[in-house]
Amino acid sequence: MKSRYVFVFPTEAINKPLTYHLVKDFDLKVNIFNAYINSGEEGNLALEIEGSPGQIQAGLEFAKSLGVECSTLDKRVKLEHDRCINCGACVAVCYSDALKMDANTMELNFDKDKCTVCELCTTACPLQLFKINFVE
Amino acid sequence: MKKIKTYSEINERIKNGNAVVMTAGEFKELANHSKPGELANKVDVVTTATFGPMCSSGAFINFGHSGPPMRLEKISLNDVPAYGGIAAADAYVGATETANPHDKYGGAHVIEDLVSGKDIRLKASSKGTDCYPRKEIETKINIESVNEAFLFNPRNAYQNYAAAVNSQRRKLYTYMGVLLPSCGNVNYSTSGEYSPLLNDPDMRSIGVGTRIFLGGTQGFVAWHGTQFITSRPRNESGIPVLPAATLSLIGNLKEMSAEFIKAAYYEKYGTSLFVGVGIPIPVLDEDMAARLAIRNEQIETQVFDYGLSERPVVKKVNYKELQSGEIELGGRKVRTAPLSSISAAKNIMKLLKEEVSTGKFLINEPVEHFPKNTTNKALEGIEHG
Repeated sequence: MKSRYVFVFPTEAINKPLTYHLVKDFDLKVNIFNAYINSGEEGNLALEIEGSPGQIQAGLEFAKSLGVECSTLDKRVKLEHDRCINCGACVAVCYSDALKMDANTMELNFDKDKCTVCELCTTACPLQLFKINFVE
Repeated sequence: MKKIKTYSEINERIKNGNAVVMTAGEFKELANHSKPGELANKVDVVTTATFGPMCSSGAFINFGHSGPPMRLEKISLNDVPAYGGIAAADAYVGATETANPHDKYGGAHVIEDLVSGKDIRLKASSKGTDCYPRKEIETKINIESVNEAFLFNPRNAYQNYAAAVNSQRRKLYTYMGVLLPSCGNVNYSTSGEYSPLLNDPDMRSIGVGTRIFLGGTQGFVAWHGTQFITSRPRNESGIPVLPAATLSLIGNLKEMSAEFIKAAYYEKYGTSLFVGVGIPIPVLDEDMAARLAIRNEQIETQVFDYGLSERPVVKKVNYKELQSGEIELGGRKVRTAPLSSISAAKNIMKLLKEEVSTGKFLINEPVEHFPKNTTNKALEGIEHG
């Protein structure tokens, strides 16, 4: 299975080669698509992890043991869908294809599993309906 | 061409509740297996619609007179400047006006707030005259408290519009939305085969006085819109392949709904107003039926490169390709996005069909047809030595 997470590192955990251990010790495929390091405070990493549910669980436990907070990525993404007018301005910038217009209804579909928390839609939406905080 | 029916015959059927009314979507499906003559005999009215960001929009408001009376000269509504250079208690608030250059709240938001029934803070000043001695006022107004409030939009409902792409290496923030670098997306902005002026491209039934759906109520075509260009090249289906005709629209803001009047803010561009416009088109004869049968693949537009100042044409595309979600550009697939809400246009067509079918909405014959053979003039600056 594949799952997307946001990891928040405390300063102390920055020196540990976390992704190396996730790959080598837990046999996980790791794909990083967004990273932010606020020197002296904390670091943020948005990533997709692929492996068996047991391996992923063990990898997450290991990360937590280093003081890394792990939360699923969809928790960082909010859309006020009931106010959406289906104009498609967000679709224009969504290079990860999480936001697409249904070709039949021409209504917006948001597949959060494809979101990479790039935040481009937050500025593209003319009604400011996205609340995406990769870094909280 | 043989005239099949007149406006008065169609209106008689509407009043009696026997008119055959279809949305543009339904009519085009029927047209797949019917000839124009059969369609013209069978169908009376076809509803068309668009719901896009239309910057050239605004509202006239009369606030009523204060005691002692005042000529409101410098006016703001929720700090957004409104034009007061007309009679004492009248003002015009334009959709793109803002208090400060980078504000996300502008005239469009004032208009949406008015339509939603919210209170608006009015501030005004005046030099004071013998007949209008008062110099300052600060108060609250709302849609109920003002005498008149009507939307009067100089340029809406564009007949076709160019699509936009950006070949440069930085993002562009435009009224056509965010354009990603290296041709990362193509944005377009019409409702294609549902769009009013693409269904009656010669404007045989659309002119001064045409009754329309505007922002949730009945409004009218006031005039041909600004930048009204009839001389654009047309394709073999008779459709202009560049931005061509436009409409100036008027309607009672007091009867409008915030569902169809929606304020927008485009990053680093400014504010605009989504306006819901629906136009019922009478199927007077075979020619009208044939025009109404037009499909997205017959409606073409050009993709302009907004990354270069001369905006060269990159490609000719049709709306079937654009609405599919991606087009081919320079040997790769590029995502497309509409900017104008096609699902809202569908909803307006349905509502308008219901209004016409139940006798609440009659078809006006234009009082005056629009000018033919108009061109566009450019503005030349004067160099100061």
